[in-house]
Amino acid sequence: MSMFKIFDVSGSAVSAQTQRLNVVASNLANVDTIEGPDGKPYKGRQVMFQTVLMGEQTSAGVRVSDVVESTDKARMMYAPQHAKANAEGYVEGSNVSAVEEMVNMISASRSYQNNVEVMNTAKSLLLKTLQMGQS
Amino acid sequence: MQRLTATLDFQSQALVLRAERQRLLASNIANADTPGYQARELDFANALRTATGTQQQLGGALSTTHEGHVATSAGFGTATGLDEDGNLIYARHSQDAVDRNTVDLDRERASFADNSVKYEATLRFINGSVRSMLDAMKSPSQG
Repeated sequence: MSMFKIFDVSGSAVSAQTQRLNVVASNLANVDTIEGPDGKPYKGRQVMFQTVLMGEQTSAGVRVSDVVESTDKARMMYAPQHAKANAEGYVEGSNVSAVEEMVNMISASRSYQNNVEVMNTAKSLLLKTLQMGQS
Repeated sequence: MQRLTATLDFQSQALVLRAERQRLLASNIANADTPGYQARELDFANALRTATGTQQQLGGALSTTHEGHVATSAGFGTATGLDEDGNLIYARHSQDAVDRNTVDLDRERASFADNSVKYEATLRFINGSVRSMLDAMKSPSQG
């Protein structure tokens, strides 16, 4: 039954959106991080989505092909007393924009919901198909 | 025997195509955030005609009725670079996106709901014809 593929397709999308949500959570958590494990300020991360064909032409799933670091400019905060301040008294912060990440989060959660709904519909249709000819 | 199952055959073809379209719409919804993804669509009427053998050639009915129309020498299939199953066309997109994604999520969701209802309708048609066939086979004493 070809409709079973819907679970693969939507499942891959749900998992990709989860990964995106994960990255958003990391970015939001580190919005004020000025020192990472490498001693440098935190750089925002973004997932890259890629279409992946699942056997047939009509089933195209999604996967996260790469997680890239954002190249946005880091925020400079004026804090001369800070231990990490440079010669001019500025501290380099992360380059995460909290507003952008919130928007990203809403978008990811909506897409997640859409795909869950697709799976629910497919499930109920398949259950009805199982009862074909019985009623 | 052929007459008995002709209706069922037709409905089952329709059901398979509905399932295929459902899968296609699910793919479009899944790829709503994928950069560069081109939304696909199934020309259901054409596909059903081809599947049930009531049309000679897919896309053969394409004609230009307006001077602004672009004439196609071949059917949809070759026009979109698809050869094997020819029924897949690219969905017309309403708004341009910076990432060249052409999925219109609202339309896809509407089509998805529409297709689910029609899938279920086809299922009921099948159930109905099975039931009437079984009824016809009953002996009078069975009530």
